[in-house]
Amino acid sequence: MKLLVCISKAPDTTSKISFTENNTKFNEAGVQYIINPYDEWYALVRALELKETLGGTVTTITVGKADNEPTIRKALAIGADDAVRIDAEASDALAVAKQIADYVKNNSYDIIFCGKETIDYNGSQVGGMIAELLDLSYVSLASKLEVNGNTATLERDIQGGKEVVETNIPFVVSCAKGMAEARIPNMRGIMAARTKPLQVLPGSEAPKLTEIVAYSLLPEKAGCKFIDAENPGELFQLLHNEAKVI
Amino acid sequence: MATDRFQAPDYYLLDDLLTDEQKLVRDTVRAWVKKEVSPIIEDYSQRAEFPKQLIGGLAEIGAFGPYIPQEYGGAGLDQISYGLIMQELERCDSGLRSTASVQSSLVMYPIWKYGNEEQKKKYLPKLATGEMIGCFGLTEPDHGSNPGGMVTHFKDAGSHYILNGAKMWITNAPIADIAVVWAKNEQGRIHGLVVERGMEGFTTPETHGKWSLRASATGELVFNNVKVPKENLLPNKSGLGAPLGCLDSARFGIAWGAIGAAMDCYDSSLRYSKERIQFEVPIASFQLTQKKLAEMITEITKAQFLTWRLGVLRNEGRATTAQISMAKRNNVHMALTIAREARQIHGAMGITGEYSLMRHMMNLESVITYEGTHDVHMLITGMDVTGISAFRNDGK
Ligand SMILES: Cc1cc2nc3c(=O)[nH]c(=O)nc-3n(C[C@H](O)[C@H](O)[C@H](O)COP(=O)(O)OP(=O)(O)OC[C@H]3O[C@@H](n4cnc5c(N)ncnc54)[C@H](O)[C@@H]3O)c2cc1C
Repeated sequence: MKLLVCISKAPDTTSKISFTENNTKFNEAGVQYIINPYDEWYALVRALELKETLGGTVTTITVGKADNEPTIRKALAIGADDAVRIDAEASDALAVAKQIADYVKNNSYDIIFCGKETIDYNGSQVGGMIAELLDLSYVSLASKLEVNGNTATLERDIQGGKEVVETNIPFVVSCAKGMAEARIPNMRGIMAARTKPLQVLPGSEAPKLTEIVAYSLLPEKAGCKFIDAENPGELFQLLHNEAKVI
Repeated sequence: MATDRFQAPDYYLLDDLLTDEQKLVRDTVRAWVKKEVSPIIEDYSQRAEFPKQLIGGLAEIGAFGPYIPQEYGGAGLDQISYGLIMQELERCDSGLRSTASVQSSLVMYPIWKYGNEEQKKKYLPKLATGEMIGCFGLTEPDHGSNPGGMVTHFKDAGSHYILNGAKMWITNAPIADIAVVWAKNEQGRIHGLVVERGMEGFTTPETHGKWSLRASATGELVFNNVKVPKENLLPNKSGLGAPLGCLDSARFGIAWGAIGAAMDCYDSSLRYSKERIQFEVPIASFQLTQKKLAEMITEITKAQFLTWRLGVLRNEGRATTAQISMAKRNNVHMALTIAREARQIHGAMGITGEYSLMRHMMNLESVITYEGTHDVHMLITGMDVTGISAFRNDGK
C-alpha cells in the first residue's frame, strides 16, 4: 500500500500567542513549532501501523517553506520512509489542498491521511478539498480505520454514538482522537531520519481565495467566584444580574 | 506524583544555538521521561528500588553510549546531544541519570577508548541495547578523593590474573553484568580490567539506607582471588590518567544533568508561587520570593551557556579536564542551591513526594560528592590557575 500523510507544523501549545501588523499577522518571534498533533499522533501513526501489518510505504507531504524541515525530520524519525515538501506558501486551505492534489495526480496513493484539523487555525478543510480536487471519497474525523483488501472500514464519533463507514481505496481520511496512540521516536529512528529522502518540489499555481482581515485574542478569563452552598439565591442573583445569562 | 507539567526555561534563547537534531534528541528524551518515568519515579525512590523495567526504554532513546560510533551499537551523536540527554534524565531524577552516565561514560567509554577490537565488539553493542549493564569500580573504602592510593591489585598467574581487593559506593553494582575495575599490577601501575558477574570470588553486596539516589542501585565490589582472563585487561591505556579520562566524560554529562534538576526545581517554583495565595495575593508577588526566582533563572541561564560552550569545545576535542571540572562544580552547586530555595518556596508541600524538590535536593547531595567532591574540584581549578597543587599538605 502506498500511504501519504499530510504533515504541517503548528505552534507548541505552550507558545505565547500575539499578533503584529495591526492584528493581521501571527507573531512568530520566539514560537517553537511542533508537528500538528493530529497529523503526528493519529494520521502518521495509523499510517505506520497499516504499513507494518500490510506492507508498503509511508510518505509525508508538507506544503511550506524550509522552516518546516525540523518537523518533517521528526516525522521521518517516527518512521515515515520519505518526505516531500512543496516549496510554496501555505497561504490558505485551498492553496494547500491544490498543491497536494497536484502532487497526487502525478504520484498515485491508496490512502491520503490528514489530521482532523491543525491546532493553529483549526480550519479542518484541507482533507475535504483534496478529495474534491481528486474526485475521491472523503471520510472526516475518523477515529478508527481498518483495511481489508480493497475496502476500508472507518468509524466516526457522532453525537451520542458512532457511525461506521465503508469506502473503496483510494480515499482521503482526516484522523481524530482514538485512531492510534502517539509514538515517541527512538534513537535508531532519529539516526535513520538523517539519510531518509526529503524531496523538495516547486509549487504549482494555486488560487488564494480567502484573506485574514484580523485576529483577536479571547478576553482574559475572569477569576472564579465562590458561592456558599447554603446560598443558592446569591448564585441566581449573580447569573441574572452580573453574567446576564438567565 | 502529580502530572508532570514541566516546561523548560530558555531565558536567553539557547535553543537558537542548538541544531535541529540536538533539539529532536532532547525533545524525544523529554517526552519519554514524561510518559514513562515521571509517573513512577517518586514511588521507586520512596521504596529505594531501581526501576529495572526502564532499561529497555533508556536504550531505545539512546541514553546508553549516545556518542559511541554506530559500528559499536552507539548512536554516533555529538557531545551536546549527550549532554542534553543527561539534562533531560536528571530533570526527572539524578539516579536515572547516574545509571545512564555510568553505563555511557564509565563503562562504554573506557572499553571504546582503551579496549581492543575484540573487547569493543564483545561488550559495546550489548551495553548499548541494555542487554548488559555495567559499573565502574574506582573508589575504595579508604581511597575516595585520593583514588591513586588504591590497594585493589592483581597478580599475573600465567594464564590469567588473580584480583583481590574491594570497591565501595559503586553505582549499578548490584544490577551489573560487568564491572570495569581499576586495580594495580605488581609494579603498582593502575590498569582497567573487565570483571564479569559469575566469576568465582566476585560479589556485589548492595548498600542500603541511602537518603540520596534512592532510585539508583549502589553497592560494593568484592574480589576474593578472582581469576580474570588476560584478555579482559584493557590494553590501550594505564595509569591514573585512564580512569580520570572516563571521569572527564562523566563529569561533562553531570554538568548538563545538574541543569536539568535545577530547571525542574525552578519550573515547579515558578508555577507554585503564582498559584499559592497567602495574604490574599500569590506568593510570587512578594519581593523575597521574586528574589529567589530571579536568582534561580539567572544561575540556570549562566550554567546553560557555560555548558553549551564546553560542549562545543568537547566536540572540537579542546575541552580540558580543568574546564570540565569547573562546570561540574559550578552547576551541581547551583542546582543544589536552587533545590533548597525551591523547597522553601513550596513551604510544607515541598517536603512531600507530591513535588520533586526534596528528592532532587537529596539526590544532589550525592552528585556534589561523587565524581570529585565540590572541594576537590575547587582544588583542580586552583591548581590550574596557579600551577601549584594544594592536594597534599605533607610535603610529598
Ligand atoms: C551515591 C554514590 C554513588 C557513587 N558511585 C561511584 C561509582 O560508581 N564508582 C566509583 O568509583 N565511586 C563512586 N562513588 C564514590 C565517590 O566518587 C566518592 O564518594 C568521592 O570520590 C569522595 O570520596 P569519599 O566519599 O571517600 O570522601 P573523602 O575523599 O573521604 O572526602 C571527605 C571530605 O574531605 C574532603 N577532602 C578530601 N581530600 C581533600 C583535599 N586534598 N583537600 C581538601 N579537602 C579534601 C572532601 O572534599 C570531602 O569533603 C559514589 C558515591 C556516592 C555517594
